Parts: sequence; structure tokens; C-alpha cells
Amino acid sequence: MILKTNIQSMKKTLVLIALAAGLSLAAQPALASGGAKHPHSGGFSFEGPFGTFDQGQLQRGYKVYREVCSSCHSMNLMHFRTLAEPGGPFYEEGQVNPAENRFVKALAAELQVPDIDSETGEPIMRDAVAADKFPSPYPNATAAAAGNGGAAPPDLSVMAKARHDGADYIYSLLSGYRAAPAGLEIRPGQHYNPYMAGDLTPFWKGQGHVPEGGFIAMPPPLRNGQVTYDDGSAQTVDQYAKDVAAFIAWASDPKQVQRKQSGMGVLIFLFLFAGLTYVSYRRIWKGVAH
Amino acid sequence: MSDHESTYVPKTGIEKWLDSRLPIVRFGADYMSLPTPKNLNYWWTFGGILALCLVVQIATGIILAMHYVPNTELAFASVERIMRDVNGGDIIRYTHANGASMFFIAVYLHMLRGLYYGSYKAPREMIWIVGCVIFFLMIATAFLGYVLPWGQMSFWGAEVITNLIGAIPLVGEPILIWLRGGPAIDNATLNRFFSLHYLLPFVIAGCVVLHLWALHHAGQNNPVGILIPKDRTAKDTVPFHPYFTVKDGFAIVLFLILFAIFVFFMPNALGHADNYIPANPLQTPAHIVPEWYMLPFYAILRAIPDKFLGVVAMFSAIGVLFILPWLDTSKVRSMRYRPAMRTFFVIFVLVGIGLGWCGAQLPDSPVVPGMPSFQLADGMLNSYLWLNRLLTFYYFLFFIVLMPLVGLRETPRPIPATISEPVLPGGGDAMTSAAPASPEKKG
Amino acid sequence: MNGAPQGDAANRSGDESVAADQGDPNNKDPNRRDFIHIAAGAAAVGAGAMAAWPLVNSMNPAADTLALSTIEFDLTKVQQGQQVVIKWQGKPVFVRYRTPAEIERARADDHAGLKDPATDADRVKPGHQQYLVVLGSCTHLGCVPTFGAGDFGGWFCPCHGSHYDTSGRIRKGPAPKNLVVPTYDYVSDTRVKIG
Repeated sequence: MILKTNIQSMKKTLVLIALAAGLSLAAQPALASGGAKHPHSGGFSFEGPFGTFDQGQLQRGYKVYREVCSSCHSMNLMHFRTLAEPGGPFYEEGQVNPAENRFVKALAAELQVPDIDSETGEPIMRDAVAADKFPSPYPNATAAAAGNGGAAPPDLSVMAKARHDGADYIYSLLSGYRAAPAGLEIRPGQHYNPYMAGDLTPFWKGQGHVPEGGFIAMPPPLRNGQVTYDDGSAQTVDQYAKDVAAFIAWASDPKQVQRKQSGMGVLIFLFLFAGLTYVSYRRIWKGVAH
Repeated sequence: MSDHESTYVPKTGIEKWLDSRLPIVRFGADYMSLPTPKNLNYWWTFGGILALCLVVQIATGIILAMHYVPNTELAFASVERIMRDVNGGDIIRYTHANGASMFFIAVYLHMLRGLYYGSYKAPREMIWIVGCVIFFLMIATAFLGYVLPWGQMSFWGAEVITNLIGAIPLVGEPILIWLRGGPAIDNATLNRFFSLHYLLPFVIAGCVVLHLWALHHAGQNNPVGILIPKDRTAKDTVPFHPYFTVKDGFAIVLFLILFAIFVFFMPNALGHADNYIPANPLQTPAHIVPEWYMLPFYAILRAIPDKFLGVVAMFSAIGVLFILPWLDTSKVRSMRYRPAMRTFFVIFVLVGIGLGWCGAQLPDSPVVPGMPSFQLADGMLNSYLWLNRLLTFYYFLFFIVLMPLVGLRETPRPIPATISEPVLPGGGDAMTSAAPASPEKKG
Repeated sequence: MNGAPQGDAANRSGDESVAADQGDPNNKDPNRRDFIHIAAGAAAVGAGAMAAWPLVNSMNPAADTLALSTIEFDLTKVQQGQQVVIKWQGKPVFVRYRTPAEIERARADDHAGLKDPATDADRVKPGHQQYLVVLGSCTHLGCVPTFGAGDFGGWFCPCHGSHYDTSGRIRKGPAPKNLVVPTYDYVSDTRVKIG
């Protein structure tokens, strides 16, 4: 009977904790309003507590970023060496350390980064090395804005964490461009996308409900066949969008898979620990009426 | 129960030497052998859980401060560097960030336990008041810490909350500029917030010492809510160790499981996506929302149409807790024996959750979409604005009206004479086996 | 945090009055060391260690620091008789283009009763005797020695008066060791990779 009441009060505790957590979680979708269409799932391999990244997909995603996105979007929290961290797109068994990875050194050397000449002090461009950050397409935010009609293309380093539904959102947005519904006034330099947050009410002159979505300054960036894949994957907008979304999801939190794996170990330990402590507790309280 | 006789006997020469100069071992031993009411249930384990939370926050915080750069140009990138390059930095930072939420889950449950079982009543007023100070410092610390990653929510949260000070008539504006170190939230603000965020946890730790001191002086409350007479100590109490160390330990491990699920598998679930966008002083995010643990107070702020009065209401919502021991007129501590008050308490908990919900919504959006509504004063009746006001009204009603009134009017259920009674074998529950109602002896 | 087994025994004997009051038949041997309490205590200690490790490990060099652990240097930038100081892992490295006279003097002292015996040939790469690459950090307490001072034609540390010769070997003063030659390789005739 004592046990029963204990378990009951424990249950209540847990229910309340779950409630508190649930409240905060439930509060999220309400904040994500804006009339955008809810993103659809990219069916990514890294979802769930046991999910891991598909290394081939990350490599393709990097290629899409490098050949398409990087002409406007920086990723200035990313270093080349990070690409060879365990779980990253170019990690290789037996590499000395990520900065010595052969693929990463080659990929870095394809690009030029600004530096200062150590003798003359003049600004120069040199080949990138693994320790360098990804070079930015624009020298500063003002230049980025000026080159894009006043709206600087956002940095993509943590984009999957900076948007609700992370990779699914990026995938949906990139593959979700549609012709604007008849009756929607498109402003110059804007494009309609049903997954973009916004409120189209002021621009809606058609019949019925205001369409979902919003305006985005980025024109549809991907075309079928635009990037060449050498692993036989489909060279379609849908596949490109999926791959680059996976790459950005990885880049936003490169240690997420390792962390989930450590988490499994921690949870197993904690469950055993809880069991031991509970038995210890029962023994100590044995025969003590309370 | 309090100031119990010391049973520590130093054995070796060095123990005797130390005991006569600095009786720190005796202090610890007395603490561990403190007679503790044996009927404490799991709601009493949150004290230990909170101590752990504080230790976790301070330990991870010290490490994070070794890598963090308090500069508006570098702060955001330095946090991401911790996540990417520092060994185990992602786990440390996510532990710290989610630790704040865990801390508040535990402190809210701890406070509700105190409220339900009347732990704030004489002779324990000072325990409660110091606890309220700790709670206030926790809110301040959490707010300051949330600014440090220098994301959009950090910046705009700081902007909005410091502007509350500006609501004070006459002196508000100069204080605001002094607080920010300039006309706007900028590098000076970030640096002082970092300094204070490092300082306050140690102030909290000091207050925790006072909290425990007061607790061990007045003695612990218990679910029955009666004081344990001296001659019942042997029957009704057990030494803190090992009985409650192991019980608290078990509860802590369960709590850690919840904590670990957040840190390892859903580290950003309790945060806001906008805080991964670097701060931009020229563009406000579409919705500014504080962290979940501030939402009820944020809702109270927004319930009042006047800027200054809104701020007053928000601070009063915390301030009223300080005078709670004198608002409650009941002679009975535990709501177990106060059926009327228990109902009001349950409503209060739901109202608190409701306020949190309202705090995350746009005030003008309808509560029940599609339901017919009409304009009432400055908003539609079927809107979060009015639900918010209704809940805010109950929040204050509970403390200012119900607490004094119900205590005077109610007829409490019979209270057992000792805490052993309710659990005597075959004795059944407290309600049936209890002695006739007797107003509790004042401690 | 949990019942440490040793503590239990002492405390539980004190509890006996409580237990006896309850007429508890199961608590006859309060001094029994219970395996389960030991296991729970050990798990608590393990948990503490597990939690402490990431905190301790986080103070080890981070990935960005490790990535900078090698640098390359173009030797043509050094004139004969001069040295260039470069920064490697946050420390100064002296790259010195020695004159024939300096090399001669270093070799002459190869067996002059050195405190930390080493031949000059050991301290340079074969075929590149003219280039001496050493860490510019006094082996006494880490100050940066200056060239051209001291009694042996090499470096002199101003902090506590250690004299190094033209091969960077300690000759006089409190320093215990020669200036350290870092790991480096010639990637080409005029380029070295340090680290």
C-alpha cells in the first residue's frame, strides 16, 4: 500500500512534468503562424533517436551548396575541416585528423580566401586550407544586401535550427515553388512560395481564401540536371532540394548523431541507476511505516 | 525537531583536533542525521533536485564562460564554436540551456508543493520568503543568460524587458539608459549582462544556504502539516541519511532521465528557432515570446492595457508571494484537510498553465475559432486578450481574496494528532482514523 | 548523494530504536553491508565521474586549435645571418639562416662538455645545415631569448641569464635543456612544414 501511494504520487509528478513540457512544446506551433503551408517530410535518414546521416547524401548536398547556393549564401560558421569530422560528408576511416583529410584539403584548395600578405601587409587571395572557414560570396552584409535588391541572403550555417521543421522546411521551400495563383499581385523582385511565411492578404485580389505562403526574394534556385551527380542519384530538383536540406541539417549541428548515440548510452545507464536506487530505497525503507 | 542534539563523536586524534577548532565534520554529520518526518512524499524531493540543478548550471556555466566571448560581433559565433569545436561543447551547452528549463520545472513544482501543504505558514515564513527571493533571482539570471547567445530572441527579449523599466514615471528613462549603458541594447549591455549572469548564481547559492538554514531551524513541514511534538520525534521521524538521501537520490535519477531526453534527443524543443538567427537591431522577429517559464508573467503583463500598470501587475504577481504567509488566515496548513481550498488550488494550477498558454498567443486571435463573438471594450470577447484577463483576475483573486476569506470561513476536515496515525496498519486513511478536529498548535 | 555504504552502517545502527519501535522483523542486522547499497553508491560515483569528464575534457584544445597545429614556411624569406620569428601553436619559432662561421663554431663545440649533449648535425636536417629551426622559448621558464647577446654567439635569455650557442644549445645559466627543435620536414628545397 505504501508502494502504491508512492507510485501514485510519482505518477502524478511525472504527469505534471509532462504537462509542463507539453505546454511549452504546444506553445511552439502557435508561434510559427504566418499562414504558410506546413512543410512536408523529406523522409530523412537522420530523424528519430537512432537516425544517422547518409554520407552520400551529405556529399551530394555539399556539391549542391557549393555549385548553387554558395554564389549568394555564406556559411560563415563552417570550416572545411568540419566536413571531415566523424559523421561528416568526407570523414574517412583512419584519417589523422579532420584538417589532414585528403578530400577536404582538395576541396578547400579549389577555392580562394582573402588574407593579408605576411610581408607586405597587402590584402591578397590565397588557396584555402582545411582550417579556413567557407569563403563568403560577399565581403560584408551591406554588399550582400546591395547585390540582392536590399535583402541580404541569410547565412546558412545554422539554418536548419533557425527555422521550424528544419530540414523539412528547407526541402519543402526549395522544391515547392509554384506558379502564383491567379489574382495574386506579385511585387517586383518577389516570388511566390507556399512554404514561405508571410501574409498575402494585402496582395490578394482573387476569389475565395487568401492563398497560403508568402513572398520570397530568392528566385527558384534549382533546375533539373543543374548539378551533376556521379553516384547515379536522380538529378532532379526534388533530389537536389532533399540533399542540400540534409547537408544544411548536418552543418547546423554536426555533432547531433554522435550526441544521440551518447544519449542512448546515458539513458541505459540512468535506467539501470534508477533501478538500483529504487531497490536500495525499498530496502532501506523496509518495515518503516510512513 | 530543530536544533537536535549532536550525535557526532570524533574518533581519531585528527578528528578531535579538527572538531575543537572547526567543527565542520560535526556540522555535516548533524545535517545528515537530522530527524526528518517520515511521511514526506515525492513532492518533497524537488528540494534535492533543485540543488542538483543549481550545481549543474554553475558547473556547465563556468566551462561555457571559458569559451564564450561577450562581444556583439563575436558572441553568436563563439556559442556556435562551443557547439562545433570544443570537446563535448554541444552537450555542455545544451545541458546549460535545457538545464534552465529543468530548473524552472522543478522550482514550480517545489513552490506548488509549498503552496498545497502550507509550508509557508508559521513558523516557516522565512523559508518561504527566502525561497521567493531565490525564485526572483532565478528569473533574473535566466533572462540575463538568454541574452548571451545574441540571437534575435536574445536581443529583442532584452529590448522589451529593459523597456519595462522605462515604464516607471519620471526616473524610468534615465534608469533605462543607465541599465543598458547607452541609448540602445549594445555591446555595453551584453558585457554587463554576462558579468551579472555569472554573479547571480552565486548569490542564489548564498540564498540557498539561508533557505536551508531556516528550514533546519524551523523544521520540515510534512504532508499532514502538523508540528511534531518533542516526545514523538523517535516515532515520527527518521534520520535524513540514509532514508531521504536514497529517496531524493531515486527522484533525482528519474529527473535526470527527463533531463537527458531533452539534452540528447530534443535539445532545441524548449527554445525558439529565431534565436539561431544572429541579433539584428534593425529587424524585429514576427513574434517575440519569452522562454516558456516566463510566459505566465508575460501574460499578466499583457493583460493590462496600461504600460506602467502592466509592469506593476507583473511584478505584483511575484511580489504577492512574499506576503502570502500573512494572507492565509487558515489555522490548518495542509490542503489535504481543506477541501474548499483544495478546489481553488486545482483551479489556480490550471489558471497558471492557462496563463502560460495565453502568453504564447497573439492577444487578438480567437480562443475558439469560428465561435460567434462580440466587441467588449478594447477587444473581442472570444480572444486571448479577454481569456488572459480572466485568468489574471483569478491569479490575484486566489491570493488576495480566497486565501484570507476561505481560511476564515471554511470547516477543515479532522486532522490527525500525529503523522503516524494515518499510516498505522489497518488504520486506513487520515480522514477516517483521525482524531477530532483540533486547531493546530502554533509553533 | 546516495547512501554510501560505509556511512550507512554507522547511521543505521543509530536508527535501530526507530526500527525497533515499529517492531520491524526485517531489520535485525543493521550492520549488514548490503550489496545493493554498494552498487547504488558506485553508480552514483560513476554518474558523477561521467558528468565530470566532458567538463574536464572541454578544456583540452578544441578542434579549431588542433587544425592550426601545422604551418608551412618559405625559407627564401630568410637572409643569411638573419632569423625570422614565426608563430606556431601560439609560440615563437626561430628560423635562422646561419653563416658558415656560426656553423663552424657550433660544430667545434660538439664535445665541449655540454649540459645537454647533442651534436650540431643532430639539430638540423641533413643537407640543410645552414637552417636552424628551434622553438624560441627558453627551456628555463619560457621567456623568448634574444639573438646576438650572451657569451656563446647565440641566444641569451634576459629573464634569468641563460646562454645558448649558435646551435641553440644551453651553455651557461639556469636553463636545463637546449632550445627545442620542433618536428618539421622539408616539403621542398625551400619550404618547411612545422608540426
